[in-house]
Amino acid sequence: MPIQYYIYFCLALFSIGVVGVLTRRNAIIVFMCIELMLNAVNLLLVAFSKMYNGLALQNGASATAGIDAQIFVFFIMVVAAAEVSIGLAIIVMMYRNTHSIDINFLNRLKN
Amino acid sequence: MNVLEIIFYALSAFALVCAIMVLISKNPIHSVLWLILVFFAISGHYILLNAQFLAIVNIIVYAGAIMVLFLFVIMLINVKKDSEPQKQLFVKLIGVIAGGSFLTLSISLVKQAMPLVGKTVPLKEGTIGLIHPLGKALFNDYVVPFEISSVLFLSAMVGAVLIGKK
Repeated sequence: MPIQYYIYFCLALFSIGVVGVLTRRNAIIVFMCIELMLNAVNLLLVAFSKMYNGLALQNGASATAGIDAQIFVFFIMVVAAAEVSIGLAIIVMMYRNTHSIDINFLNRLKN
Repeated sequence: MNVLEIIFYALSAFALVCAIMVLISKNPIHSVLWLILVFFAISGHYILLNAQFLAIVNIIVYAGAIMVLFLFVIMLINVKKDSEPQKQLFVKLIGVIAGGSFLTLSISLVKQAMPLVGKTVPLKEGTIGLIHPLGKALFNDYVVPFEISSVLFLSAMVGAVLIGKK
């Protein structure tokens, strides 16, 4: 499978996430679109890792070339999990204070 | 067109349709369920690339833990379906135009990129996605970031409890 097809697919997924962040006002949906963008990047990292590994195998290099990208994906998932727990705690706190999860309430970042 | 390419196109179309449904469904719970389907499609892509460890971790961490957390928060704060204020139509239109121009610009850049010509991704082969090489790399070369991530989790846990208690 040519690498370009994976890039197109991940770009489309990323753009859908961008459109969601720009057009929705529900804070939870915005947060879910950020997760969508993170997943698109993860898939692209794995695709590039396999591409690099295939090239290295053809040139007779070590069999584990390109494994770093998959470790990066693992760490991105770790950071995403931590980020989600903090972000949802902030959303719950915001709902408790304003009784709304509309992000336009937060555009001044005070009160 | 062999069976692997058919699986690739089917999974990609499924993921894109579900991702669009995440945006256009009014009920937030439906959005969460569509997003879980997107994550399953991406896990299918990982299996197609023979990255089995990441496929399982993606299902367990994203579809299992994170999306359940989202569902839990949505049920906790009880968003009414019609109470969500909608953005004005022209703001939505501008958002879609901005995303679409980003997509077309990036695709035209990738189309012209000479270093990518002729590079292919081997499907359903290779061993770097299996648990054995990944575990060796993680606990030999990347053991310090691995330990630091445990500190990150501890601080995230303390922060979430602190924010939630106020």
